[in-house]
Parts: sequence; structure tokens; C-alpha cells
Amino acid sequence: MTAYTATVTVRLKQGVLDPEAETTKQALERLGFELEGLRSADRFEVDLDADSVAAARERADEMAERLLANPTIHDYDVEVAER
Amino acid sequence: MTVAIIRFGGSNCDRDAERALAHLEIDAEIVWHEDGLPEDVTGVVLPGGFSYGDYLRAGAMAARSPIMAEVRTAAANGVPVLGVCNGAQVGCESGLTEGAFTTNESARFQCEHVSLRVERADTPWTAAYEEGEVIEIPIAHGEGRYEIDDDRLAELEAAGRILFRYCDENGDSTPEANPNGSKHAVAGILGDRDSVAVLMPHPERATLPDVGPTDGQGILRGLEQ
Repeated sequence: MTAYTATVTVRLKQGVLDPEAETTKQALERLGFELEGLRSADRFEVDLDADSVAAARERADEMAERLLANPTIHDYDVEVAER
Repeated sequence: MTVAIIRFGGSNCDRDAERALAHLEIDAEIVWHEDGLPEDVTGVVLPGGFSYGDYLRAGAMAARSPIMAEVRTAAANGVPVLGVCNGAQVGCESGLTEGAFTTNESARFQCEHVSLRVERADTPWTAAYEEGEVIEIPIAHGEGRYEIDDDRLAELEAAGRILFRYCDENGDSTPEANPNGSKHAVAGILGDRDSVAVLMPHPERATLPDVGPTDGQGILRGLEQ
């Protein structure tokens, strides 16, 4: 078994309105910043032990499918690194 | 023989639902989620509130608690299930109904009375109304914007799964009458069966005559034994 950290990034699908990001963008503009757009995402860093990178990725994928992301509104990606 | 109002950590409309159902002389009791559904359950209410502090997403945690597997089984067996507000979010997160209720377009908590158009009057939840009737029910939510893939929404609409839409007092779903930016002004939807329904507005807050309009009574009557 090897110790890994699986980083799961969950973001809204393209085209799904993100009012929190829009509000944040407006707040940055009020502070005088210039920006064209802003997207937010949630990042989960999951420490786990697995036999291989593939096994760690598979488990993190399932975590995203079953809880961390809502497939109706979210896309997600998983990156695995040894820790 | 009783309706189970499921209390999760953070539910806060469970007692409102209990009082409203008592007013309608519908036998109901609050059930702590860890205790499971009573064997003689005749209906289920997923009440409003902030279960698990809305951690991760509103309704996400409660939707994955063991009692929800029991609720899905009961629903599949024809037991009526009503999800209100946070209960609607739990219903969608648990797969009882399709789509998602997410952050309001305004990014603000919206607490106001709204008009709803009854899209179907041939369900247990709407038998008291006429199709197209406009009823007044309060909302109180920060994450009530109905979101779903456009194609899937079209299929649900074609299949008659939309139960209520936000509208103005004339029954028109104008942008101004949509309090949260819900796609196609969807306020409430049905599950696979007509006996499963979720909605963001609070019928239990529009049932007792001493607190205002009572248009919500008809919805709760869907739980009559």
C-alpha cells in the first residue's frame, strides 16, 4: 500500500449560473481590480492508502460521483499524487 | 398509521409541519432520522431547515443518511413523500426527484410570499386546486434556483412532472415573478410517481388561519390516509 493524496476539484458545468462567483467578481471590481471573469470551484484533498495510483483514482472518482459532486450541475476532475 | 416528519440535525420546520398537519387532522409524528421509519408509516415529510448546516450542498448530507434509503423504498411502494424547502433539496440530492436546487440568482436569501401556478390538478398534492389556479405560499431560501439540463427539463415537462411554477398574480411566469432564477420558473416537481413531490415554497406556513393565507392546505392534504 502506498500513501496518496487525491485532489478532487468540483466546479459548475459550463453554462450553469454561478451567482456567488458573480458577486465575488463585483466585489473585486468595487475594490478597483480589472477582470474579465471569475469562476469558483471546490477542492477536496483526500488522503488515502491504495495499491496503485489507479486504485486511488478509482476510489476518489467514486467519492466524487456519490457525494462530492452533484452530476446535475457539476463536473469534476481528480489528480493523484504520492504523499 | 401515521405520517413521519423526518427530523435531521438542523431541520427547523418539522414542528411547523406537525402543527399544520394536526390542524388538518392528519395523524403525524416527528421521527428522528436515526430511529428509522415507523412500520405503519402512511406518508413522509422531509421538512425545511438547514440539515447539517447545508455543508457541501444544501441537502447533500441528509440525502445520504440511512433513513433516506428507507424513504426511497417506501416511495417506490407508493407511500406519499413530500419534500419542502430543505426537504426538496434533500429529495433531489437523494434521487427521489430530478434536478437540483442551488444558489438563488440574486445570491441572497429570499423570504417573501410568492404566487404559484398549479400545473397539474390531478395529483394527490393538487386535488384541491384547479389546473392553472394561482395560489399564494411563502418561500424562505437561499438555494432554491431549480437547475437541470435543458433537454432533460423538456422531457420532464413533456411527461407532466412539473407541479408548480412561480408566476405573477395573473398566472404569468414573468422574470419579475421568478424569485430565485429557477429554470422555466419551476417551483415544485414530481418524482417518478405522482405520490412523490418536492417544492421550495412552504405549504405548512400557509395552512394555519391565524398566520395568513391558507392556500397550502391542499398540498398537505396529499398526505391524508
